[in-house]
Amino acid sequence: MSASFEIQLIAVVVAVTCAIPGVFLVLQRMSMMSDAISHAILPGIVVAFLLTGDLGSPWMILGAAMAGVLTVALVELLRKTGLLKEDAAIGIVFPALFSVGVVLIAQYAGDVHLDIDAVLLGELAFAPFDRMTINGVDFGPRALFVMSAIFCVDVAFIVLFFKELKLTSFDKALAGALGFAPAFLHYVLMGLVSITAVGAFDAVGSILVVALMVAPPATAYLLTDSLKPMIFISVGIGALSAISGYWMAHFLDASIAGSMATMTGVIFLTAVVFAPHRGLWSVRKRRSSQQIVFGRKMLVIHLYNHEGLPEANQECRVDHLEDHLRWDHLFATRAIKSSLQLSLIKQHGALLSLTETGREVARKSLVEL
Amino acid sequence: MDYAIDIRDMTVAYREKPVLWDVDLQVPPGVLLAIVGPNGAGKTTLIKASLGLVKAAAGSVLIHGRPYAEQRSTVAYVPQRGSVDWDFPTNVLDVVTMGLYGQLGWFKRPGKAERVAALKSLAQVGMEEFAARQISQLSGGQQQRVFLARALVQDARVYFMDEPFQGVDATTERAIVDLLQGLRKQGKTVAVVHHDLQTVPEYFDHVMLLNVRRIASGPVEEEFTEENLRTTYGGRVAFVSALSAAKK
Amino acid sequence: MEWITDLFTDYTLRTVALGSALLGITAGSLGGFALLRRQSLLGDAISHAALPGIAIAFLLTGSKAPLVLIIGAAVAGWSGAALITTVTTRTRIKYDSALGVMLSVFFGFGLVLLTFIQRQPNSNQAGLDSFLFGQAAALVERDVLVIFAIGAAVLLLMTLFWKEFKILSFDSDFLGTLGFPVRRLDHLLTTLFVIAIVIGLQTVGVVLMSAMIIAPGAAARQWTDRLGRMIVLSGFIGAVAGVGGAVASSMIPSLPTGPTIVLIVSCIVFFSLLFAPNRGLVFRRIREWKAGKMLRVDAVLVDLYTLASQHSSAEHPHSERVLDVMSTISGPARRTLVLLKDLELARQIDSTHWSLTPSGVSRAESVIERQFGVAS
Repeated sequence: MSASFEIQLIAVVVAVTCAIPGVFLVLQRMSMMSDAISHAILPGIVVAFLLTGDLGSPWMILGAAMAGVLTVALVELLRKTGLLKEDAAIGIVFPALFSVGVVLIAQYAGDVHLDIDAVLLGELAFAPFDRMTINGVDFGPRALFVMSAIFCVDVAFIVLFFKELKLTSFDKALAGALGFAPAFLHYVLMGLVSITAVGAFDAVGSILVVALMVAPPATAYLLTDSLKPMIFISVGIGALSAISGYWMAHFLDASIAGSMATMTGVIFLTAVVFAPHRGLWSVRKRRSSQQIVFGRKMLVIHLYNHEGLPEANQECRVDHLEDHLRWDHLFATRAIKSSLQLSLIKQHGALLSLTETGREVARKSLVEL
Repeated sequence: MDYAIDIRDMTVAYREKPVLWDVDLQVPPGVLLAIVGPNGAGKTTLIKASLGLVKAAAGSVLIHGRPYAEQRSTVAYVPQRGSVDWDFPTNVLDVVTMGLYGQLGWFKRPGKAERVAALKSLAQVGMEEFAARQISQLSGGQQQRVFLARALVQDARVYFMDEPFQGVDATTERAIVDLLQGLRKQGKTVAVVHHDLQTVPEYFDHVMLLNVRRIASGPVEEEFTEENLRTTYGGRVAFVSALSAAKK
Repeated sequence: MEWITDLFTDYTLRTVALGSALLGITAGSLGGFALLRRQSLLGDAISHAALPGIAIAFLLTGSKAPLVLIIGAAVAGWSGAALITTVTTRTRIKYDSALGVMLSVFFGFGLVLLTFIQRQPNSNQAGLDSFLFGQAAALVERDVLVIFAIGAAVLLLMTLFWKEFKILSFDSDFLGTLGFPVRRLDHLLTTLFVIAIVIGLQTVGVVLMSAMIIAPGAAARQWTDRLGRMIVLSGFIGAVAGVGGAVASSMIPSLPTGPTIVLIVSCIVFFSLLFAPNRGLVFRRIREWKAGKMLRVDAVLVDLYTLASQHSSAEHPHSERVLDVMSTISGPARRTLVLLKDLELARQIDSTHWSLTPSGVSRAESVIERQFGVAS
C-alpha cells in the first residue's frame, strides 16, 4: 500500500467514526459538547502518558474517556448550582481542562513527540510511519487499527441501543418515563464521543474533530427526516470530505486535517443553499409560487369577511387592497389577476366581489385554519 | 368614530403557516378588552404584530387615528413574564425606570426625576418597598407587578398586556384587576391577552374572540356568547357549556 | 517580590502587562454582556472563526502590522457570527450545530491557509502561528498602542449606549416598543464583542480566547446584582487574569500565555462560585442550614402551642416524648427544644417537660397565622 492510499484510508475511517456519535449530538442539541470533550480529554491523555510513558497504550484511551465523562459531569454540576447557564458552564470547564493539559505538556513532556501543535492540529501525514508490527510482520499503520476498533465499538453501541437512542433523541422525557434511563445513555454516549475524539485527534487534532463530528450530521439533517438515512448520509459525507480534503491538501501543500474540515464546511454550505425542500434556494422558489396562492387566499377571505357589511363598498376596492393590506401594487395586481383567471372574483370598475366558487374557496380555507 | 385601537386586515405567517388571517379589531377609547382564544390562536402574535415586533404579511394599525409608528410614545406594552431572564443583574427600580428610556432618547441617563416617577408607579402597584430588591428574589406575582409598573410609568393612552394574570396569586390578581379598572376610569384603553374564560364577564367590558381569524369582538354582554365561544374553541362543546352554566 | 519592581522598570514586562490588562478589561466587559445574552459559546466560535481572517489579511498585504491582522480577524469573526445567524434563522439547523460547524470549519480553513503560507518560500510569516495559543512575550509597544486605542473606543461606545444595551440584553422586545432600532443595536453590540475578542488573539490565542470572554463575567456575576458593578468587576477580573498570566508566562520558561491566563481566571471563577456572599455555594449552604434550623424551631413551637391549646393555659407544660412523636421534623425534639430555650421561647420545667414562654406563645401564633392565612 502506498503512503498516499494509507493516509486516505485512515482519513476515511476517522471521518466515518466521528460521524456516527455526531448524529446523536446534533439531534440532541449537544453539538458543542464535542468541542468541550475534544478539548477536555487532553489532560486525561497527558496524565496517562506521564504515568505510563507510552503514547500508544490503551491507558491513554481510558484516561481520555474518563476526562470526557468528567467534563460532562462538571458541566452538569456547575449548571445544577443555578449560578451559571449551561453554555457558560461548558465555556468555563473545557478551556480550564484544556489549559491544564497544555501546561502539563509544556512543563513535563515538551521534548517528547506529544507537542501542542500535534494535539491541536493533528498530523495525518505522519500516520503511516507508525506501524503495527507483530513478531516483525508489518500489518499496516497503527492508527488504522485503533480507529477501526473504535469504529466497531461505536457501531456496536448504535446497533444495540438503536431504539433507546432514537427515543432519547426525539423525546427525552418520554424515554425517561418508559424507563430507558436517559441519564445512563447520555453518559455512555459522552464516553463514546470521548473515545472517538481521542482516537481521532491523534490524526486530525482536537478542534477538527468537532468539524468531523458536527458538520456531516448537520448536513444530513438538511437532507432527511429519519434517523437511519441520516446516519448513512453522515457517514457518506464524512468519507467524501476525507478524500476530497486529502486531495485539496495535496494540491495546496497544506494541512490535511484543515482541508478535511474545510471540505465538510463546503459540503455543509452547499446543502444549506441547494438541499431539496429545505435549502435556501428551494425555499425561496417555493415561497414565491406559494405567495401568489397565499395572496389569492387572502384576497377571497378578505372579501368574504367584508361581504354584505356596510363597509364593503370601501373595503373591497382595488386601491384599498394596496392601502390596507399593505400590498405593493405589483403583488396586488398579480393576486387579483390570478383570482380573476380562476374566476374566484368578479370586478365591476374598482369594486371586487366574490363569485360562488370564490365564496366556497374562502369558506374552505377558513375551515382549514 | 375615532378608535383607540384600529387594526385592519392583519395577516401574519410564520414560514408558510398562517398564524393570523385577515384580522380586524376596533376598540373604542376607555375600554378594557380581553383577547381570548385557544392555545396557538395567535393572541400573542396579534399584540406583537400590532407593535411591529413581528413582521406582518399585511395589515395596518392605527392608534387614536394615526399610524402606530407615530403614536409609539402613547402605547405601552407588558410582555409575558416568562419572556425575560429574571436572574438578570438589576433591581426593581431599575426595571421600572426602563419604561422611561424611550422618552429619554439616545445617550441620556435616567436621573432623579425618572427615579421619582418610577417610585410613584411602583407605589401604584403596591411595590414601593421592593424598589431596591434584586429581581430574582421576587415571586411570580411581584414580577408581574413590576412589569405593570414599568408600563404605568410610560403614562400611555393605550396598553397592550400579554397574559398579566399568568401564574399570579389571588391577591395579585385582584390588585391587577383594580389597577386595570383604574386605568379605564382615567379613559385609557387596555387590551389584555387572557386565558381564564370564567373571569371575562367580571373583569372586562369588551372581548375579542380569536382563533387565527377574528370570530367576534365587541361588548362582553353581546359577543361573549355560547355560540361564539363554540366557534372559537371548536369541538370542546362540553367544556363551553359547563362554562356558560357557571356564568349563570 | 522582584517582579513588582520589574513590572515598572522592565520594558518587556511592562509592555506585556499593560497589553494584557487592556485586553482583559475589554474582553471582560463585553463578555459580561455576552454572558447575560447567553452568547458565551458564540465568543468561542468567533475567536476560532477569526483565524482565516488573520491568514488572509497577511496573504493580501504581506504585512504583520497589528492593525491589519486585527481588521482581517474582525471581518472573519463577524462573517462567522453572521453565518451562524443566517443558518439558524433560515434553515432547520439548530444553534448548537451552527456554532460547532462554523467554529471548526473556519478554524480548519485558517489552518489550511497558515500551513499554505508557511510552505511559501521567502515569506516573513514567522510568528503567525502564535495566534493559536498566544504569545504575550511577543507584544511590543506598537501592539499595545493599537490594543489601547481600539479597546478604549470599544469601551467608550459601550458606555455611550449603556442603557440601550442594558434593555437589549434584558428585554429586547420591550426595547423595540420604545422605538429604538433593535437590530441595529444588536449589530453594534455584536461588533463591539467581535472587536473585543480579536484584539486579544495575539496574546491569548484563538483556542482559549473564549475563556477570557466567558469566565470574568461568570465570576463577577456572583459578587453583585447590579449590571454596572458586574461589568466593571468583570473587566477588572479580566485584567487581573491577563496581567497575571502574561507576566507568569514571560517569566517562567515554556509556560504558554493563553493557558496560564485561562487557569488563573478559572480559579477566580471557582473561588467566586464558592465564596461570593449571597450567591456563593458556601453561603447558600449556611443560609439553608440556618433556615432549616428556624423551620425546626417553628415546627416544635407550633407543636407545643397545639398541645397547650387543649388546656386552659397556652403555657401548659408537655413531655418531650409527645413532641418526638408529634413532630413532622426528623430526629429527636430535644436539640430544637434547647435552642428554643436559648431563644427564650420555651422553658424547661423538669428533665423531660417543657412549656412555652409568653414570647414563645406570641411567636407560635404569628407562625400559625403566616402558615394558615389571616383567617385562622
